[in-house]
Amino acid sequence: MSGQIFETAGDCRGERAILEITVRNHPGVMSHVCGLFTRRAFNVEGILCMPVGDGTTSRIWLLVDEDERLVQLEKQLAKLEDVMSVSRHGANHEVFVRLEEFFRA
Amino acid sequence: MRMSGAEILIGLLERQDVRMVAGIPGGANLPIYDALGSNGRIRHVLVRHEQAAGFIAQGAARVTGKPAVALATSGPAATNLLTAVADAMLDSVPIVCITGQVPRALIGTDAFQEIDICGMSIPATKHNFLVRSAGELLEVLPRAFHIAASGRPGPVLVDVPRDVQTEEVSFDSWPEPAWPAQPPAFDVTDVERAAELVNAAKRPLLCVGGGVIQSGASRVVVELAQKAGAPLVTTLMALGAVDRDHPLNLGMPGMHGWSSANIAIEECDLFVAIGARFDDRVTGKLDEFCPSAKVLHVDIDASEINKVRCAHAGVAADAAAFVKALLAHIEAGRRPGWLRHVALLKARHGLATPGIEDPRKPYGLIAHVASVAGVDAIITTDVGRHQMWVAQSYPFKKPRAWLTSGGLGTMGFGLPAAIGAALAQPGRPVVCFSGDGSLLMNIQELATAVEEDLNVKIILMNNNSLGLVRQQQSLFYGGRIFQSDFRHKVDFCLVAEGFGMRRIDLETAGDPASALKEVFADEHPWLVHAPISAEEMVYPMVPPGAANSSMIGGEGDVWANL
Ligand SMILES: Cc1ncc(C[n+]2csc(CCOP(=O)(O)OP(=O)(O)O)c2C)c(N)n1
Repeated sequence: MSGQIFETAGDCRGERAILEITVRNHPGVMSHVCGLFTRRAFNVEGILCMPVGDGTTSRIWLLVDEDERLVQLEKQLAKLEDVMSVSRHGANHEVFVRLEEFFRA
Repeated sequence: MRMSGAEILIGLLERQDVRMVAGIPGGANLPIYDALGSNGRIRHVLVRHEQAAGFIAQGAARVTGKPAVALATSGPAATNLLTAVADAMLDSVPIVCITGQVPRALIGTDAFQEIDICGMSIPATKHNFLVRSAGELLEVLPRAFHIAASGRPGPVLVDVPRDVQTEEVSFDSWPEPAWPAQPPAFDVTDVERAAELVNAAKRPLLCVGGGVIQSGASRVVVELAQKAGAPLVTTLMALGAVDRDHPLNLGMPGMHGWSSANIAIEECDLFVAIGARFDDRVTGKLDEFCPSAKVLHVDIDASEINKVRCAHAGVAADAAAFVKALLAHIEAGRRPGWLRHVALLKARHGLATPGIEDPRKPYGLIAHVASVAGVDAIITTDVGRHQMWVAQSYPFKKPRAWLTSGGLGTMGFGLPAAIGAALAQPGRPVVCFSGDGSLLMNIQELATAVEEDLNVKIILMNNNSLGLVRQQQSLFYGGRIFQSDFRHKVDFCLVAEGFGMRRIDLETAGDPASALKEVFADEHPWLVHAPISAEEMVYPMVPPGAANSSMIGGEGDVWANL
């Protein structure tokens, strides 16, 4: 690769938010959720997904940029057939913080 | 009961009151075709390209408002269907597409004619299903119809592996046929807030969108306009929702809209969008769209509200139900000054239609066709200048009689959509206005129209060029016409003859007006060849990306004189 590597001096990240999404657990649901973000040109920084309870539903956690389009994204997510609920948490929610140790370079 | 997946699928379609499906058989959907043939009560229309099956379903769905069905086999057939699915997504048309898929054990092996159509169609459908067992069909198919028709309608794709079609399964009873969901409820406070905005406005304007047709709100919207003393504009998707000649109708807004509509939008102090979505072809440069107006937005799709333009009040509701509730809170009989002003606007800056008397000119041809087609006619178009001329000038009277590819702008839409409309409403004449570029994109469907002997009249406005592209090159690319003129001239009359279709050439017809009359007196399909000069431009035009006030042509100096 002949490209240039851009490095940022400090923390250039804007505010983050965490979306908690409950979905029907069946094949294809992840592509519907992830596809939505690609289609609406919205960046996802982190993603976690696990079945909950008896496995008929799953919970997806998304770490996203908090910009003015986030409300729109939440509405679009809520429209997906397999999405049962969407809620937003602040960036200080623990779910990704605790994971960080698994992602040390 | 014990049945195969294919029999269950056809049984469910029948219970859903599907009387017609369009498609093409192939390896991965043959069991479905076998069951369809044995059933014998659902008419199958054999198309010549799967894209046309999708557009036939759209044609039927757009005129009836009910979901219609297209069938295709796996792989290339499913991908052929995809453009029509995407088109249905952008124009909110309820269709259910049933594709065959390779047997379950072969999925993921790059089997012959395997493609992940569910993956491919995610952004182009409201929802899709890969059916994993014959029993699952009993739940999936009704849900597909429910989703397609509920809220904001749209396409649903159901992918059925071949061995699911042949799998036999026992079940006790059929599921109930699916109905659309109840529209979202709204509060009386929403109504009051909306009424406050309308009552306080000095210069309110209603923007009537496709949602008004979807919800059957035409009548109440006109009542609202009359009671509130608010003129209205009708978007491309809403043509026919309000009689074009209604005194309060200022015409179609946007890129090729009427000056009167665009000017009124600029001047209004309250913009009431009803089932309209602030499409960029309507708004032009967004920052300069109704800059001094407050916005009241009613849409059944909550995600439309505040999507591109922030609303002062937004309500997720069914247009008909909300407007009906709103009417009771509206103070009647006000704003005579505003109404006088817009009447003058319409008289002075309505559409300019040069050549309206001459059937060899675009507007004249359209007017002559309208006079012989009658008020019951259903009109479809392809995409290009011909589409805009018809949208601007056809005297639309009723909803669900105007079928055009608005959001996706798909050339090739017109002919198969006309076929679908004619199949769904056999008593009505269907007119397809097309261009030579567009007609060639689904020309093979001439065969289907002839085979089904449908009352479809194709008015081919032939300029031997990709006219709308040519126009952009002449206006915005320094007149450098590149690859938008065809070097070879197709003999469309001979083509029609080859397909066994009746045809007439207005170029050589002594009296084009009486020739048209004869064509429309006949109930068989016809191709009417109408040569149009490639120099004929469609005006007015807002340059792409510019503000609507920089509209050129037609009424060029309007804005300067305001
Ligand atoms: C499938 C598809 N390909 C390309 C385009 C881009 N496009 C828009 S209008 C147009 C020309 C249409 O020509 P024609 O059908 O002859 O109509 P005219 O403008 O000449 O009336 C083209 C190529 C499109 N809208 N759809």
